[in-house]
Amino acid sequence: MNASGPQESAQPNRLAGAGLIDRIRPLSFQFDGKRYTGFDGDTLASALLAAGVRLVGRSFKYHRPRGILTAGSEEPNALVELRSGSRREANTRATVVELFEGLEARSQNRWPSLALDVGAVNSLFAPIFVAGFYYKTFMWPAVLWEKLYEPVIRRAAGLGRASTEADPDTYEKAYAFCDVLIIGAGPAGLAAALSTARSGARVILCDEDFLLGGRLNGERYEIDGVSGPAWTRQVEAELRASPETRILRRTTVFGVYDGGMSGTHTFAALQRVSDHLAIPPAHQPRQRLWRIIAQRTVLAAGALERPIVFGGNDRPGVMMASAVRTYVNRFGVIPGRHAALFTTSDDGWKTAFDLAAAGVRLAAIIDARSVVAPVLTEEAKRLDTRVFCGAQVVDAHGSRALERITVREDAGRLSQLQIDTLAVSGGWNPNVALCTHLGGRPRWSDAIAAFVPGDVPRGMAVVGAAAGSFSLKDALREGAAAGAAAAEATGFKSVKHREPRVTDELTAVVPLWCVSESKTKAFVDFQHDVTREDVALAAREGFSSVELLKRYTTLGMATDQGKTSSLNGHAIMAALTERAIPELGTTTSRPPYTPVALAAFAGVHRGKHFKPTRLTSGHAWAEGRGATFMESGEWLRAQWFAAPGETDWLTIITREVRAVRSGVGVCDVSTLGKIDIQGEDAAAFLDRVYINLFSTLPIGKVRYGLMLREDGLVLDDGTSARLAPQQYLMSTTTANAAKVMRHLEHARQVLWPELDVQIVSVTEQWAQYAIAGPNARRLLERLLGDAIDVSNAAFPYLACAEFSWRGVTARLFRISFSGELAYELAVPARYGDAAIRAIMSAGEDFGITPYGIEALGAMRIEKGHVTGNELNGTTTAADLGLGRMMSKKKDFIGRVLARRAGLADANRAALVGIKPTDKSARLYAGAHFLTLGAEVSLQNDQGYVTSVAFSPMLGHWIGLGLLVRGQERLGERIRAHSPIRGGDVDVEVVASVFFDPEGARLQS
Amino acid sequence: MRIQCPFCGERDLSEFAYLGDADFRRPDPDAADAEARFFNAVYVRDNPAGPHDELWYHASGCRSWLRVTRNTRTHEILAVNFPTPSGGS
Repeated sequence: MNASGPQESAQPNRLAGAGLIDRIRPLSFQFDGKRYTGFDGDTLASALLAAGVRLVGRSFKYHRPRGILTAGSEEPNALVELRSGSRREANTRATVVELFEGLEARSQNRWPSLALDVGAVNSLFAPIFVAGFYYKTFMWPAVLWEKLYEPVIRRAAGLGRASTEADPDTYEKAYAFCDVLIIGAGPAGLAAALSTARSGARVILCDEDFLLGGRLNGERYEIDGVSGPAWTRQVEAELRASPETRILRRTTVFGVYDGGMSGTHTFAALQRVSDHLAIPPAHQPRQRLWRIIAQRTVLAAGALERPIVFGGNDRPGVMMASAVRTYVNRFGVIPGRHAALFTTSDDGWKTAFDLAAAGVRLAAIIDARSVVAPVLTEEAKRLDTRVFCGAQVVDAHGSRALERITVREDAGRLSQLQIDTLAVSGGWNPNVALCTHLGGRPRWSDAIAAFVPGDVPRGMAVVGAAAGSFSLKDALREGAAAGAAAAEATGFKSVKHREPRVTDELTAVVPLWCVSESKTKAFVDFQHDVTREDVALAAREGFSSVELLKRYTTLGMATDQGKTSSLNGHAIMAALTERAIPELGTTTSRPPYTPVALAAFAGVHRGKHFKPTRLTSGHAWAEGRGATFMESGEWLRAQWFAAPGETDWLTIITREVRAVRSGVGVCDVSTLGKIDIQGEDAAAFLDRVYINLFSTLPIGKVRYGLMLREDGLVLDDGTSARLAPQQYLMSTTTANAAKVMRHLEHARQVLWPELDVQIVSVTEQWAQYAIAGPNARRLLERLLGDAIDVSNAAFPYLACAEFSWRGVTARLFRISFSGELAYELAVPARYGDAAIRAIMSAGEDFGITPYGIEALGAMRIEKGHVTGNELNGTTTAADLGLGRMMSKKKDFIGRVLARRAGLADANRAALVGIKPTDKSARLYAGAHFLTLGAEVSLQNDQGYVTSVAFSPMLGHWIGLGLLVRGQERLGERIRAHSPIRGGDVDVEVVASVFFDPEGARLQS
Repeated sequence: MRIQCPFCGERDLSEFAYLGDADFRRPDPDAADAEARFFNAVYVRDNPAGPHDELWYHASGCRSWLRVTRNTRTHEILAVNFPTPSGGS
């Protein structure tokens, strides 16, 4: 590299000429309110380092100054708050945030400022913040918990602040299918993609970075005589020209789900479509959640370099050796001016050579190993630096950033070095996360002192560094072979191609987990501030299994999920308890691999799009009448129709009820479930699903029916009409329509497939209107004319008929929910709008009043009819006073278990009516019943109020409820107590039918 | 998870509703110990770790009830059949 040293500019640490950044596109950005400049192709981290910013945040527990540790998604320290207002996002990793013009970021966990942080006094109290301090410190006295401990802990805990405003961006979900999914576009992934793509297989190549190439961008490799990045661009060009290959950059495959022996699995991936822009472009989501169904997978997710645990290893300026190389080579940024290397692997030495090539003064190379390959020490001799083998960095010092290190040399002598940057390499951990999501356990490898993939999901091949093969040559060879094998396995013929010529490299490592002589705090988990002392404390107190260690110290439980810390912690624990690391095991890694915004899982299903909105065919008419709508299941139904000047809902529904009971009203009941049941055995089928008989129902008649679940509790109720000998039309409640349909399909297909019966939902095919009130018949006579005789003799209560009306097939049912003389008129849905307008016009002379479901509800409570509040999944037919409907002449679903002692217990709560003793008192649904004078306690609970309404006909509130032994207690005075809604009312227990108990009106 | 519906082809999990043990059969309601038999059938179920025959309903598809053999450890779908030997419809 022909770099010419640092540039004098606002970017003091930017090298001239080097890196994969676009120097003709400068970008300005702000960090903690200060303005800086970077380049297109920078991350926020590289731009901050270029500007000489080293302190970027404070730590979670001790508020220690923290800098940038890594150059990837595993970053534990450099968490910043990004953007502002509704787009403010907490805990973004500066190392993966792409720089864009106008980017705003702020440091977290500091007050009042990053440089002067009051919370840092926590460090002075470190003895009480040791592992398990929550459990130990805040136990006593209990009274302080709510008032003091919890508020203080809540304020101090947590990392960034979430925005409290609504997210203005959109999110998408998408599916993709492929023969071969390749995860990671480093050398191994690119080689796999090439050999798979050349076979003609459908390939999806994902990488979390915005550039393909992985470590090829951060190292000074040569492949076939060209630089790593140049080779990558050649491969990328070929892949882009391949019609069956799809490249997803900025896309993290974060989980493996399902699948099995076939090798096909479902993967979840998050594509950050617009996160690299100030705001998403028009019609583009911010992020897209992919479900990728792949027959074969090549996992080339690389490896993560691990830190070494020594005193002060969290000082800003202490960085991973590979990250230093990446900043120098990819971004043209030197992290400091006076550097040293602390390594225990051959790989780390590369950093020394790259720093020297970039013109950085290298104070020392400190290798913990006594014996190092001569080729490395020979090359180091050409640099102006000192080499210590068998030496260790004991402590790193500095107030806000690294200033000095203490080195223990081979002979034991301690020496001090003034440096501002320390590159650390403790070896590499293969990134095995995606191998383990389906339950596979990784396997320990002594050769590389790390876990490697063990039993991997079937159909997945792990290659390159992810498999523990760290040399470039091995990565390219394994990738190409796995890509070819995956192509063959999915039916394609692989094409042999020449192995590329590459740089040789050394990869030996001898692990050094922690430096035992350190005097100062040595961090294992940077993000959760877990120190070596915390691990030792867990060991002393017996929390020595990896799972207990994790929970006791919170090691590996931060947002980085222990990517840089878990193994170090486990290794320290293994040493303390004199066990081998594989014996100790490792914790289970679960999806997601990196944090995923909840909004991405929600996708477009937010707010109004959470579920469909269903409108009846009379909706436009109701809107025109000024209806107020409310949700009923997925449907919008008119709640009431305010007349001009009416503002009080109780006034409105009182008027509507009185109009119905004294004249005539109309209500849209199209939303009730309608199921057409036909076949030779339709009658027998209904006998088995309803508790009462339907085979005896005459043609042209309707009957009320109740259905149980097999456990004996009520499922749903409704009417069924017999339209023909082999055809019934069942109605269900609006809310349970889909559930009943599923129940009937189960009965038909699974329980009794021998029955000749077919069912179909016709809810949406018919518009249906209830016409209720003393004038209902006169209205229908005028409306239907000669089409049908609606006289009481020809069409009595519970009659039904299908007939032709104005050339349209219509159905009429004489059923009543309101208790009035009432009919329901059904027409095909496309005539629904015309039908309601015709009804209104025919009713004009009778003063017809449209009414909504509040008035309907008030009338049904006046009549003691049950709905969803009473059919709530805990009630039996007998509880609802419908026990005698249970036929003794046949078997039906739920019959046997309804006899169980618990369900037949006389002490069960049964349906009753209630009215307040003081007629002006208001009742509240949900209030609990107590006998008068009884103390308010769970033991004294006697049941609860299920439904209440103001009864316009009685002039006071009425209610329905489930009361212990209710049917024996008519006339008793009890108390309805609602601590939540404030009501505490004396009520009288009465029969559940309040109005027209003889039913004279509906028979009239 | 993907289920191979015999009518609709391979479809995503989100189109299906789950019920449970496919071997639920209504016992003889007239047996002397009918109540105990029903109790066992309704409540007392095996919960195997491994292959399990269970009923799934293709709610957002053809409305078929299907007998799906699923490995409860891995969500692998091992077989998809009609719910009864005579076929589902």
